[in-house]
Amino acid sequence: MNIMSEAAVEKALEQKMSDAHFKMVGKDVSVYYGEKRALFDVNLNVRKNTVTALIGPSGCGKSTFLRTLNRMNDTIEGCRVTGSITLDNADVYDQSVDVVELRARVGMVFQKPNPFPKSIYENIAYGPRIHGLARSKADFDEVVENSLQKAGLFNEVKDRLHEPGTGLSGGQQQRLCIARAIAVGPEVILMDEPCSALDPIATAKVEELIHELRTNFTIVIVTHSMQQAARVSQRTAMFHLGNLVEENDTDKMFTNPDDQRTQDYIMGRFG
Amino acid sequence: MSSAAVTETMRNAGVNWHSDEMKARRKARYAADRRLQIYGMIAIAFALGFLAILVGSLTFTGYKAFTQTVATVEIDLSQAKVDPANIGEADWRGIVRNALRAQLPDLSRSDERKFFEMFTSSGQFLVRDAVVADPGRLKGVSSFTIPMADPVDQLAKGEIRRDVPESQRRVNDTQIGLYDQLVQKGIISTPFNWGLFFNADSRFPELAGLAGAISGSFWSLLVCFAISFPIGIAAAIYLEEFAPKNRLTDLIEVNINNLAAVPSVVFGLLGLAVFLGWLGLPRSAPLVGGFVLALMTLPTLIIVTRVSLKSVPSSIREAALGIGASKHEAIFHHILPLAMPTVMTGSIISLARALGETAPLLLIGMNAFITSPPDGVFAASTALPTQIYIWADSPERGFVSRTSAAILVLLAFLVLMNGIAIFLRQRFERRW
Repeated sequence: MNIMSEAAVEKALEQKMSDAHFKMVGKDVSVYYGEKRALFDVNLNVRKNTVTALIGPSGCGKSTFLRTLNRMNDTIEGCRVTGSITLDNADVYDQSVDVVELRARVGMVFQKPNPFPKSIYENIAYGPRIHGLARSKADFDEVVENSLQKAGLFNEVKDRLHEPGTGLSGGQQQRLCIARAIAVGPEVILMDEPCSALDPIATAKVEELIHELRTNFTIVIVTHSMQQAARVSQRTAMFHLGNLVEENDTDKMFTNPDDQRTQDYIMGRFG
Repeated sequence: MSSAAVTETMRNAGVNWHSDEMKARRKARYAADRRLQIYGMIAIAFALGFLAILVGSLTFTGYKAFTQTVATVEIDLSQAKVDPANIGEADWRGIVRNALRAQLPDLSRSDERKFFEMFTSSGQFLVRDAVVADPGRLKGVSSFTIPMADPVDQLAKGEIRRDVPESQRRVNDTQIGLYDQLVQKGIISTPFNWGLFFNADSRFPELAGLAGAISGSFWSLLVCFAISFPIGIAAAIYLEEFAPKNRLTDLIEVNINNLAAVPSVVFGLLGLAVFLGWLGLPRSAPLVGGFVLALMTLPTLIIVTRVSLKSVPSSIREAALGIGASKHEAIFHHILPLAMPTVMTGSIISLARALGETAPLLLIGMNAFITSPPDGVFAASTALPTQIYIWADSPERGFVSRTSAAILVLLAFLVLMNGIAIFLRQRFERRW
């Protein structure tokens, strides 16, 4: 009667597992910039409430992959994506998907801190305002305070919320950008080398923050620093020349990688 | 070869930094720096020199137009037959002539004609208008200022010299004698010539002013701004933010750049054919002037706006898109406001150029002789540059200095507009 074939059961179970574990799933993702192919059939899953680090030498396609996850590549002229990327099992490249909603759910923090040249308050209130997430002044105040709290910036800036965000230090600006991303309540936060423009102390603070954010958000971070990948991530994916070389637990990746190229890269033999 | 290896090679070759050859070489390089600096300074000196010559000569010929010789005459209107209900109908010509005649009681009858020629022929209208404006003057004696006619004005300013033979000057000996008598009576003075700014054009230099030209230019620029600003910005935003990069948009871009270099007289001909010919819009109207100037300004404005949009760092665009702003939100909330100071500066400078543009306005008839300021964009009018053109063409002596004065006024407006542009740039421009 209700006997399913063993294979079907297994498949269903697997499906359930992936539903539970995988926030975003990339399948055979290829990216072309005009004639040039930048990514070759990448299969990479992003686990829920996990920090996934993408590492690899310059030009390996890690940032390109990151940008396919919230379709920031759409803004680049001549960029084409094939394969599928799903967010909670819904294809983000589907015709029906609203890119505005997608980017609210999959937020992004960029390499160079890029606060709007407006007040700290306005920087954070902007997202909730355009998405209609807050209505009254009290709502906005709350969102701003909460986001700054979560980004660990509130105590540093609470007395100057109405001063320009561009007046903060580099590290503070980057945490402001993280707070800005948090304010629209994303499920996933993408970070594109968020510490590469920061000094070591500011970097430490941002890393600490990433660590804390993991409980509420799924994070994908591109980094050039192997140490940073080792410090902040649970899963690491290694890219090389547009291919995904290896994806593994971070601990395993840095002690006993499966692939020789990963080993070489981590040991600093190329990069 | 790595840099370390290069250093090594140099050391092995025995480079001596203190040898005469090396010293001479360095000296020659420093000399080249200094030469470049000197060429630059010479160029600047030339530019400033020519500017000084321009402004200097204009001021020299034009400053006299800023004063006007006038006679101040007391007129007792209580004795005159003026019907308070119908002031305009009174015999103002007779009243004014009697008052002037009374200044020199022993004037012989034969000299009367020469005497009245010394005053502006429109004195009667000036007095009439002054009384219409203030009917209270009918009750008693009040003083009126009557401009002297152009030749006498020139005599007073020393432009017409007394030592040239009588047959070669426009003021005869009798008039000089009468003029001296008037001066002795103390009724002649040369106050600031407000008429230059508040009168419209006139055939008589002593009455001609720039009011018509200034308001004509104002209306034209208003129309020009109202058309070119929104269209220019919209076109620039589309081309910069939305348009796909293909052959068609390339073609559009090339054409916009070419249009920016088209001589303005061509836009004038276009305006003549299209706005006056096809659409039948009124001739000489600031509306059409504004249209033509807008056509001329648009390409520049589009280019300036595109450049300023491009100069907003892409990180701002990404930041906005990254938190889910739609394209128009990213543009209108972030990119355009940041580009705005440059756009404003660019449009003011384009408008300043449009203000000085003559050729297209000549072709649509804004060089007509119009004696009252326009009361809107449909009324016939001149503009500052065309007024200068008209005056420069007029034979009367008084228009020589008035032309220079008008150019100085135009330059003052240009400097003012550029000053505003610089102020806006300093005040609002952001740097990254």
